Amino acid sequence: MVQYVLRRIFLTPITLFAVFTIVFLVMRVAPGDPATVILGSFASEEALQAVRRTMGLDKPLYLQYVESLSGLLRGDLGRSMITNASVAYQIRKALPYTLDLMVAGTFFSLLFGIPFGILTALKRNQFWDYFGRSVSLAGLSTPSFLLGLLGLWALSIKIPLFPSLGGGEIGNLLSRVHHLFLPSLTLGLIQASFISRMTRSSLLNILQEDYIRTARAKGLNKRIVILRHAFRNCLIPIVTLVGLYVGILIADSVLIEVVFNRPGIGKLMVGSVKNRDYIMVQSIMTVYAAMVVFINLITDLTYGFFDPRVKYR
Amino acid sequence: MEKERFTERVRSWEKGWRAFWKNKTAVIGAILLFLVVVPIAVFAPLISPFDPNDQKADLALKKPSPVHLLGTDMYGRDVLSRIIWGTRVSLIVGLGAVLIGVFLGTVLGLTAGYYGGRVDDILVRIIDIFMSFPTLLLGLMFIAVMGPGVRNLILSIGLALTPRIARIARGATISIRGYEFVLACRAVGMSDFRIMFRHILPNIFGDIAVMGTLWCATAIILEANFSFIGLGIQPPTPSWGQMVRSGVDYLGNAPWLWIFPGISILIAVLAFNMIGDGVRDMADPKLRG
Repeated sequence: MVQYVLRRIFLTPITLFAVFTIVFLVMRVAPGDPATVILGSFASEEALQAVRRTMGLDKPLYLQYVESLSGLLRGDLGRSMITNASVAYQIRKALPYTLDLMVAGTFFSLLFGIPFGILTALKRNQFWDYFGRSVSLAGLSTPSFLLGLLGLWALSIKIPLFPSLGGGEIGNLLSRVHHLFLPSLTLGLIQASFISRMTRSSLLNILQEDYIRTARAKGLNKRIVILRHAFRNCLIPIVTLVGLYVGILIADSVLIEVVFNRPGIGKLMVGSVKNRDYIMVQSIMTVYAAMVVFINLITDLTYGFFDPRVKYR
Repeated sequence: MEKERFTERVRSWEKGWRAFWKNKTAVIGAILLFLVVVPIAVFAPLISPFDPNDQKADLALKKPSPVHLLGTDMYGRDVLSRIIWGTRVSLIVGLGAVLIGVFLGTVLGLTAGYYGGRVDDILVRIIDIFMSFPTLLLGLMFIAVMGPGVRNLILSIGLALTPRIARIARGATISIRGYEFVLACRAVGMSDFRIMFRHILPNIFGDIAVMGTLWCATAIILEANFSFIGLGIQPPTPSWGQMVRSGVDYLGNAPWLWIFPGISILIAVLAFNMIGDGVRDMADPKLRG
């Protein structure tokens, strides 16, 4: 167990290193000249050269790579190609808004998704099952920005309960929570459609197991069987799912940040792509990949907590 | 033995189709797609009541009415006509991206699965690293490099889907590789290229085509997302995501500007996802009767 945990933790930086390398290569090797893209196709050759020099694009590829990598290790991600502000500082400033959104969104997704999944599994092929499955199918086909806009329209414009835009004042907890509620609810509802589908199918599988029949046969009441015997065991796939869908969580958080104008790293990323700020895009991609890697690490390590049968190799 | 395994495979496909047609959700999805969405895209010039780019300043921001069923936008353009033409754009981008992704992903997956060993190790590592990014972010990265526009958008979404498709193609290839007919091909001295593309590819293509419906849903939602962000289809070409984007400025005053295109995205993606629901039944032998 300890050995497994240590090895996983040891492998994490190696994965991140590989991720950074791939992002770097894609940004440099892909067709298209950043200098031309920034200045437009009518720019003079001297102007193009000047831009390449300030961006360090005139140096050989390996040198650019070594410089970026050594910067990354020192925590210096370079300066934005557009605003000349420190990339690390901008990311550090934006990150809390994104993390708040993702944590609160996951909370809402479990809050709605799990009970809904259990309900649809227990009422299999009855009204609530069909209703619940239709809702979750619709949920997973709804673009997150549409749901966000509907929320804004209903609860911020028609009935002005929540502020429409921004991330709230930095020092003011109440204002931050107030600004967080609507975006995280949107994110949570979208995620809940995945969680409830998974909970349903996993609970249905488990309800067919012999030990459930045994538990029922020895006269335990249905409630206890479901909560103590069945639900405990269907948590493992749910934990996996939270890890598996972290990608969708991230993607939707980007869109929701754009809709609600939250100053998180998703919005920063979109702005940087628009401005062709390669250094910024490269750094934010690495930060997102780090999130994915860490969340996968945590889910892998929590298996054993929910399922004592899991043997770590 | 060989023949038995093969007929078993064919029979399992037949069973799969039967499972598909038994799934009501999937059938409704197929009807929605092939009798509603696709005809709208194909016959857009015939059924759209107005020119989608025809601007009439005096008709700007009119509520839905019998003449303009879904209202008009800030330039006085007919929202319904723009949605109808937008169907075309969405389907072209979605299908185009999936085709590119299927092409690249199949080549990669076939190569990795067929050669195995070191080639497979290296390719799988690279594919896994790409898969640690959400498709939206991968696509954003490619757009950052290539710039917006229809062609680059199709390419970016296709590239973003490639790693996922390669994974499926690789798995399918590995399951086929062990068959004796592959060994026979090699025994008669056929080139690797010919074995891969003439003999293995037709056998794995079913698996890939079936998953294609799910990727179409992803591709269409990605196109909508990018256009909504402002990095996809550029105006004046009508696209649903971009219509929602320009409607945001009139969020409370003219909700028909963003609600109707938004619902169009929902319907198109829902149709593909409903089909995907049946496709999953086909792919999962446990659920078959």
